[in-house]
Order: sequence, then structure tokens, then C-alpha cells
Amino acid sequence: MAQGLTKTPLYELHRDLGAKMTEFAGYEMPVQYSLGILGEHQHTRTKSGLFDVSHMGQVILRGRSYQETALALERAIPMDALGLDVGRQRYGFLTTNNGGILDDLMFSNRGDHIFVVLNAACKDSDIVHLRTLLEPDISIEVIENRALIALQGPASEAVLSEFNSQIKAMNFMDVETLSIAGAECWVSRSGYTGEDGFEISIPASTAESVTKSILSKEEVELIGLGARDSLRLEAGLCLYGHDIDDATSPVEAALTWAIQKVRRTHGERAGGFMGSEIISQQIETGTDKKRVGFLPQTRAPMREGIEIFATEFSKKVIGKITSGGFSPSLGYPIAMGYIASEFANSEDELFGELRGKRVPVKVAKIPFVPLNFKR
Amino acid sequence: MKFTEEHEWLRTEGDIVVVGITEHASTQLGDVVFVELPEEGTTVSKDDEIVVIESVKAASDILAPLDGEIIEINGALADEPSKVNEDPMGEAWFFKMKPADPSQVEEYMTEDEYNKLIS
Repeated sequence: MAQGLTKTPLYELHRDLGAKMTEFAGYEMPVQYSLGILGEHQHTRTKSGLFDVSHMGQVILRGRSYQETALALERAIPMDALGLDVGRQRYGFLTTNNGGILDDLMFSNRGDHIFVVLNAACKDSDIVHLRTLLEPDISIEVIENRALIALQGPASEAVLSEFNSQIKAMNFMDVETLSIAGAECWVSRSGYTGEDGFEISIPASTAESVTKSILSKEEVELIGLGARDSLRLEAGLCLYGHDIDDATSPVEAALTWAIQKVRRTHGERAGGFMGSEIISQQIETGTDKKRVGFLPQTRAPMREGIEIFATEFSKKVIGKITSGGFSPSLGYPIAMGYIASEFANSEDELFGELRGKRVPVKVAKIPFVPLNFKR
Repeated sequence: MKFTEEHEWLRTEGDIVVVGITEHASTQLGDVVFVELPEEGTTVSKDDEIVVIESVKAASDILAPLDGEIIEINGALADEPSKVNEDPMGEAWFFKMKPADPSQVEEYMTEDEYNKLIS
């Protein structure tokens, strides 16, 4: 393992429980445990999987009022932050001047402040970006002393409500401060698997004991980054740096749904975010390419970087896979990526170039599995 | 049985050589979900990339350990790639080849030497 990698508060636990570790975004993270990626994936879909996601960035934004903080954040994201109710969370993304995506994130209204969760690989640059846009009116507190875990899968509600019965009253995207196994936890009912579940921010000093308490429940197994990736791919969720980046716009990425009407052309607070002219224009007129799902028509997985062609012999590249692999739930390969918009609804057989051979692939609807959120 | 540094095993049966991957390699790969084998009758050179193994994590290549001709492939792996995890040293052999120069086999490691390599 490379030197100088950061360890999360749960590092010792991972080692004790037989994790295979890997470098991810400067952290030494568990890629899988003894169950293996397939077993961990299935466990999460059928019971409850516990993920250490402490490498993600946790940030508190605080102005003189929630309103001031929300309006300031709206300069960085094309979302409706002002209209977000107390105790609610929303998906969002930081945009660039060119209408690209700087990072995607979750933000929540926690009464007098906004809590933001950022991707590990982007958090340092995100924080610099937020400071440039929001300071000095808004204070930006980077939370370094809390772990973050996710509990995902159909049994997660039952497991967590044994620690605090208020869990049952939470709906998808609700956020609460709750006592869990003696620790003050910031809980949201959300995740990155397509399953019902929770993300739980825990004081670092008690993170290991809280995690061990949850793990002691029979339905719960630790899950590594390997299964996290196959789970989110089945759910059609983007991985930053692969499916979205600063060269793809939210409209191209089929994330327009996340831009509330109030921030679009003719909305009450239209524009005012970075790249707003380009993004608003694209919402009106469409884009040349679009993010879609792909179903390879043979058993061979098509992974990131595979180019898509309209026919077996055509030379023009019409698309590219940005994430792909084997779907443990479906038992065959799945992928997502970009395709020229005129092919976005194509039912024809297209071709991916796999190790020099053209292999048939079809455009598919995402998500690949039903989403099981508690609405 | 002989072993390569690429974690293949070679078992000589008369004038043919059966090739697969070791238990150690299959554990390292993780859950195998796809195996692409060469065509029967293909003439290969040592170190040609002739097999693609895809695990949940990534794709890896298997090299031809010898010069020679592929005379039989294990077609069952196309439908049941997980056999590579279940029985890598037995049922999940990859291909049988007729070596051009059978003495090439002798250049590879013994089981003891291989076990030292992976320990």
C-alpha cells in the first residue's frame, strides 16, 4: 500500500474483519471483505449492508440565517436551496462557468445551517471553490472529527430502529439528529445503492463502537467499495470523474430533474449560478449527447472507455461507456455512458468495440433494478 | 504439474498439455463472471494473450504458456464462469494445447517453487 494514505476512524475494524484494502482518493479503503463483491452486493439487496464512507467530505455552511446561507449556496449550485424544508435533504451539483459539473453532492437544511456531503476525490477543491464563492458572509466549517457510514438494504430500517424508534418516522431524504448507541448522530434516509437506507455521521471518537453495535445485528454485513460500485451502477447513479465531470453538463448527464423549476428560465430565482446561461440554454434546446444505460448483448462486460458505433463496420464513434461491469442482481453485464442524442431512444443493435471486436449492445433504460426508497 | 509466474498450471497428459489458473490466482481475481477462450485450432506463440477473464472488478489476460496449437477449449466456462472460483485446479481448466516443443514445459516452476513464490 502506498505511503501517506489517510485512514478513516474505522480502519482498525476493517483490518480486524479481513478487508482487502485499496487506495481510493488518497484513503486506504476496504474494497471487499470475506463475502466477496458478489456476496456483499446480494446481501445489501436482500438484507442490510454497512459501508464506511468516512472518506467523503462533510461540511457545514453557516450564515446569519438559513435564508442567507441558502441564497449564497444557490450561487454555486442550480438547485432550490431556499425552498428546502427543515429536516430535508436534496441531491445537487456544483457547476463550472462552462456549464460542466465540478462535483455532485447532497445538501440538507439542518435548521440554522446547511450540511453538505461531498465526494472524497473532489472535496479539497470543492472547499476552495465554496470559500471563493461564499466567504466571508458564510462560514465554511470542514468537519474532520466525524466518521460517515451508510446502512443500506431492506432490513436497514428494522436494524436501526432497534437503536432509536424515531428512525421509522423518517421518509426518503429526511434528516434528523438522533442518538444511536449512545452517540449523537446526524442521520439521513438516503444512500447510493438504490435501496432504502441511511447515511449516519458519527463523532469519530465513538465511530468504532457505534459501528460494532450495528454490525452485531444478524442482518448486517460490512460491504466494501467493490459492491458499492456495482450497486450504484444497477441503480443508474453517477460516479463523479467517470459518468460526470467538468466537461459534461447536467443536461447531457440526464440530471435536469435535479434542477428545480425555480432556478430555470422564467423561474423566480432563474440563473445566478455558474454556467447558468449554457445550462439554461441546453434545457431549452437539448444537447448533442446524452447519458443512457447500455445492455451488452453478450456475456462480455463492457467497461469504461469502450466506444460505441452504429453498425458493425462504421467508423464514426457515436458513444462511449463511462461505467460498466457485471450486474450481480441481473446476472448479465450492464453499463452506462453517453450516446449521440439521435440514438438515445434507439432500439437497434449498436456495437461496442471490445478488444478489437465489434460486439452488439443496446441502449437501455436506467435504473436497471427497481429503486426501493421509502417515499 | 508445472506452474508459471502468471499463475497458470500446466498438466501434461501424453503429448498434450492442459492449462488452467491456480487457486491463488482465482482468489486474487475474485468472482469470475466471464471467460473468453481462443478458438480450437488456433496456433499460438508463447506469451500471446489468448484468454480474457473478467471478474466483478476487472478484466485480466492469460498468456499462452507455450508455442503450439489449441486443440480443445473448456466450453462449459462460457455458461458457468463461476467454476473458475469453485474448482480452478480441476473442472475449470481453460484449454488443452499441443506444444510445438514439449521441452518448454520443463522451464516452469514445480509446485514447491510456485508455493514459495506466492507465500
